[in-house]
Amino acid sequence: MSEQQVPLLEMRHISKDFFGNQVLQDINFTLNKGEILGLVGENGAGKSTLMKILFGMEEIRDTGGYGGDVLIKGEVVHFDSSLDALNLGIGMVHQEFSLLPDFTASENILLNREPMKSNWLANLFGDRMDTLDRDKMTAISKKAIRRLGVNLDENMLVSQMPVGHKQFTEIARELSKEDSESAGQITLLVLDEPTAVLSEKEAESLLAAMKKLANEGIAIIFISHRLQEIIDVCDQIMVMRDGKIIKQVPNKNINVGEIAQWMVGREVTIGAGAKRPYDYKGKAVDLSIKHLWVDMPGEVVRDVNLDVYQGEIIGIGGLAGQGKLGIPNGIMGLCPAGGAITFRNQELKLNNPRCMLDQGLAFVSEDRRGVGLLLDESLEWNISFGAMQVQDKYLRKYGFIKWRDQDAIKAVTKKYIEQLEIKCTSSLQHAKELSGGNQQKVCLAKAFAMQPKLLFVAEPTRGIDIGAKQLVLQALKQYNREQGTTIVMISSELEELRSICDRIAIITDGKVHGILPADRPSAEFGLLMVGQGKKVANE
Amino acid sequence: MNKIKEFVNQFGLPRIIIGLFLLLLFIIAPFVGVKVSTSINDTLVRFGMNSVLVLAMVPMIHSGCGLNFGLPFGIIAGLLGATLALECEFHGVVCFLMAILFATPFAVIFGWGYGKLLNKVKGGEMMIATYVGFSSVAFMCMMWLILPYKNPTMVWGYSGRGLRTTITTEGYFLHVLDDFLKIKIGRLVIPTGMILFFAVLAFCMWAFLHTKTGTAMTAVGSNPIFARASGINVDRIRTLSVIMSTWLGAVGILVYEQSFGFIQLYMGPFYMALPAVSAILIGGASVNKATVANVIIGTFLFQGILTMTPSVMNAAVHTDISEVVRIVVSNGMILYALTRKTEASR
Amino acid sequence: MKQQQKSSFKKFLRFLSDNTVTVLFVIICAVSIPLSGYSLTYLVSEIIVRMARDSFLIVSLLIPIMAGMGLNFGMTLGAMAAEIGLICICDWGVVGIPGIVLAAIISTPISILLGWWCGKILNLAKGREMVTSYIIGFFMNGIYQLVVLYCFGGIIPVRSSKLVLPRGYGIRNTVNLSGIRLKLDNLLAIRIGTISIPIGTFLIIAALCLFVLWFKKTKLGQDMRAVGQDMEVSRAAGIKVEHTRIISIIISTVLAGYGMIIYLQSMGTLNTYNSHTQVGMFSIAALLVGGASVSKANIRNVFLGVILFHLMFIVSPMAGKNLIGEAQLGEYFRVFVSYGVITLSLVLYELRKKRELGDEGAALAAGQKEEGK
Repeated sequence: MSEQQVPLLEMRHISKDFFGNQVLQDINFTLNKGEILGLVGENGAGKSTLMKILFGMEEIRDTGGYGGDVLIKGEVVHFDSSLDALNLGIGMVHQEFSLLPDFTASENILLNREPMKSNWLANLFGDRMDTLDRDKMTAISKKAIRRLGVNLDENMLVSQMPVGHKQFTEIARELSKEDSESAGQITLLVLDEPTAVLSEKEAESLLAAMKKLANEGIAIIFISHRLQEIIDVCDQIMVMRDGKIIKQVPNKNINVGEIAQWMVGREVTIGAGAKRPYDYKGKAVDLSIKHLWVDMPGEVVRDVNLDVYQGEIIGIGGLAGQGKLGIPNGIMGLCPAGGAITFRNQELKLNNPRCMLDQGLAFVSEDRRGVGLLLDESLEWNISFGAMQVQDKYLRKYGFIKWRDQDAIKAVTKKYIEQLEIKCTSSLQHAKELSGGNQQKVCLAKAFAMQPKLLFVAEPTRGIDIGAKQLVLQALKQYNREQGTTIVMISSELEELRSICDRIAIITDGKVHGILPADRPSAEFGLLMVGQGKKVANE
Repeated sequence: MNKIKEFVNQFGLPRIIIGLFLLLLFIIAPFVGVKVSTSINDTLVRFGMNSVLVLAMVPMIHSGCGLNFGLPFGIIAGLLGATLALECEFHGVVCFLMAILFATPFAVIFGWGYGKLLNKVKGGEMMIATYVGFSSVAFMCMMWLILPYKNPTMVWGYSGRGLRTTITTEGYFLHVLDDFLKIKIGRLVIPTGMILFFAVLAFCMWAFLHTKTGTAMTAVGSNPIFARASGINVDRIRTLSVIMSTWLGAVGILVYEQSFGFIQLYMGPFYMALPAVSAILIGGASVNKATVANVIIGTFLFQGILTMTPSVMNAAVHTDISEVVRIVVSNGMILYALTRKTEASR
Repeated sequence: MKQQQKSSFKKFLRFLSDNTVTVLFVIICAVSIPLSGYSLTYLVSEIIVRMARDSFLIVSLLIPIMAGMGLNFGMTLGAMAAEIGLICICDWGVVGIPGIVLAAIISTPISILLGWWCGKILNLAKGREMVTSYIIGFFMNGIYQLVVLYCFGGIIPVRSSKLVLPRGYGIRNTVNLSGIRLKLDNLLAIRIGTISIPIGTFLIIAALCLFVLWFKKTKLGQDMRAVGQDMEVSRAAGIKVEHTRIISIIISTVLAGYGMIIYLQSMGTLNTYNSHTQVGMFSIAALLVGGASVSKANIRNVFLGVILFHLMFIVSPMAGKNLIGEAQLGEYFRVFVSYGVITLSLVLYELRKKRELGDEGAALAAGQKEEGK
């Protein structure tokens, strides 16, 4: 490789905003042939958005395009669709598998790009009447698989493959694209968290395959939070945070701790104010979680043990997919779970939302639209529903008939509209017409109306504007102060947790990796998030 | 212009077309010699006859079980009630009430089993409902042949065994509701009793939806995950809605029979779900939302068209295309509803 | 030794649960055949006739299943197109094989149009294809009546007055198809004893089966299989999902049309307003009896299904009479079984779907439990 060589990929002054929300700012970097670039950052740092721009995804165009330039081999390019990116040799392997279960690896690798043998019917009825050239398909698949250097049977059905093989099939698919008439040689491969679902052995095979491909001249962008892997295989390391590149260094003598520090370290904390020192002495355990497992697709919990003390605000953080969201969903019965849960010394039955609600636990779900709201019903319905069904509130009893008390419902709705400053046309407005932030407030109001003893709140400020964020956090703090409600807050925004929680537990790989007091430096939490750092017992 | 567009979108083009069509028929009627009073009379009677069957659709739509194509299952419970009441030689209003009484345990048991089945096949309810309905009618065909009924007006005269295909209700509960408090205005006869009966049931349904359980049922249909997260036993509510629907189906066929004059066994109930489904859809319901107002408007419009088309078209163009109109209108309406995106707001 | 016995027993149970409907039917037939008292020769000849008559129709159901559209109740549309074709050839007096071919040619563009329209509507009702195709069948029946009962003989001129109702327009309830009756069946027929085997028809059916097998190997067939498994993955790969689905319905409708012509030439009479309504239901029931499901069907299912279903159909009335003394009971019994079979298949299919999803989840959870401990 000569020094004068034009870099394969260059991104200059890339910026992107989604309706005023600045997601990427002034991104500059280059990538050469055969180089592996490790891209690291928390959720929301902007990694996925950057890759979407690179791959020409519609979503970027539909939301106002991007600023700056993308240069391939020194020339500015504009992608009208992902096909354009493909034609220039860019391939992308996403986190979620895009495979057909009843097809073989070979059929999946060549999906919609199968080599064909023409016959006379095609002249009458069109190209799709050509028969598939199975022999050629096998040959091409075998070739792509060989490039990866793995042992994969191209005739195996995807439904029977172990997870690692599915990952390899996806990559082989990208590689095989160079054998189609339209696409050129694959020159750049983007791998988005490819090792997230692999076992150690499978991950090793994958890293070896990546090195092999890089040696053949393919440039790779490797997104991962498994920092050790990044160090093992990358030539360059780039850390993003809050839409900016924080650090871009060659991979020489870097250790995991440094990367973690770059990932999470921040100077400014929002809502800076005197943090209350929470006195744990003599406080009883409210909720005791032992050996909790939860089957929540994408957020699997394996073995969580945690004690939550009465009246505290405890945060649960960690990277996406590590299991933190599985904890409240499992305990509140939305996903299958097992283990032992005790609340105020009473054993509770899992997989039974009613039991939990009856005991005074409540949950504000991270999925506002899917779980938290009745979109087609009024605010009154939404806010009063939980309390009505579980605690028989807002009902007038006539003998054994429980009639909806419209006046009481209106009153309580008005109360929360004022208290939480919910912007709406009236208490009868349908929930689907409200903005995200106001919808979140409605979900909170529903939980508050039940006057819970312990409240789980998951991703309370996701997708809402700064002003509403503050209000929601304030409301939680106030509720905890005035009602003494224990609050368990699950969030991917570390700073948010640090601003209102007393302690923060970090979940990695479905287990509690460590618990620290909230005022510890962010870097320590960063280490925990990537699976390093010492487990510190809570005081 | 925009307001009109909004109005059309909200109501749906097919409904507006049907409404206008009916209005047109009423306007043409006097000009072709069809007496308006007779038309209104017939429409009212048919409205009363079918209204409860249409009301039976509401609980299941509300709880998210979809359109109850399995209505014949409930109708059979009603037929069992009617035949038993006749077998026991009750007469008049008592016969009618006993029929309801006999039908109820059947309806509850059928509804319970049917509901449990639907709970196990969430997502494929409508198709399975259709075939459960058909299978049960076919099964009962065999049963009507061999069940030991003895009443001579009901069994085949020749062999003395096996029920006839059609059994008259004359002398038993014919017109017991129709004639109750009927009002005569010139040539117009309003079957007040039947309409009152429906009104009472409709009121009960409306009231139910305002109770705690009824509110829960609406939530289950609107967003079952939300309901589950709020501690509601979704399966139990769905089963309850199916039992309610089945019972209303049973009562509905009894109301129908007392006005129509005949109990139709064997393959009679086979296609009876479709008119009820179309009617409620015409009234403005969708696959997962229905109100009592939909029932009233829909039944009126649908039965109005069924009544008016033959008489007016016959008189106007001397052709009877009422059958075709019925098929096209009812099935077209169902097609329209099925192709709406109902989960769009999710 | 015991382990082996246990596992083969488990395998047997698995086999039963996967093929419940077929096994049930075999039992019903095994019990009813001796009860009915029919001779073997009679049964064999009847089955052969019915196989020739119905197989083509049932094969037309295979392609939509492949494309994930479920059971195509809309095959009725193809049947209606065929009937219009047959009315035309009767009117024009074209007989024999040329008549059959002409009817097929006339039915084709009508089938394509109806299939295209049906496919478009089904694309609007994704997730509810079966109920929707079921209602489409009824709806089109209304349009068919409008055309055949009112337009034919009036707006559409009909020469032969034998076809037209006394009032002057509209086709009669029954149309005599003596012009083409059994012409295809008797083409190249072979007699073995008293049994006549319609080789001509079987050759055509064989050709269709070969076509279906070949079709699976084409790009279009592969695309349909992909779309049937996962629409989103296929879309992401660039396959035109909606387009492919519509094509599957069009092919099915055209084939159903041809199948209806074969059916009617075997029957010899056309019930103008009723023939097509039952055809869909019986074909689907037969396919399901043969072991097919809403998402998987192959040619084996077609033939096994035809044999079992029609055996049951033939012997039920007599079996009913000899068992209980009422032939009527037997007739109702076979109606019940036809519908019951479809109900059972649909329920089993849904249960199996849920069970598979549940299995995945449970495996995951169990795996963690092990790790967690």
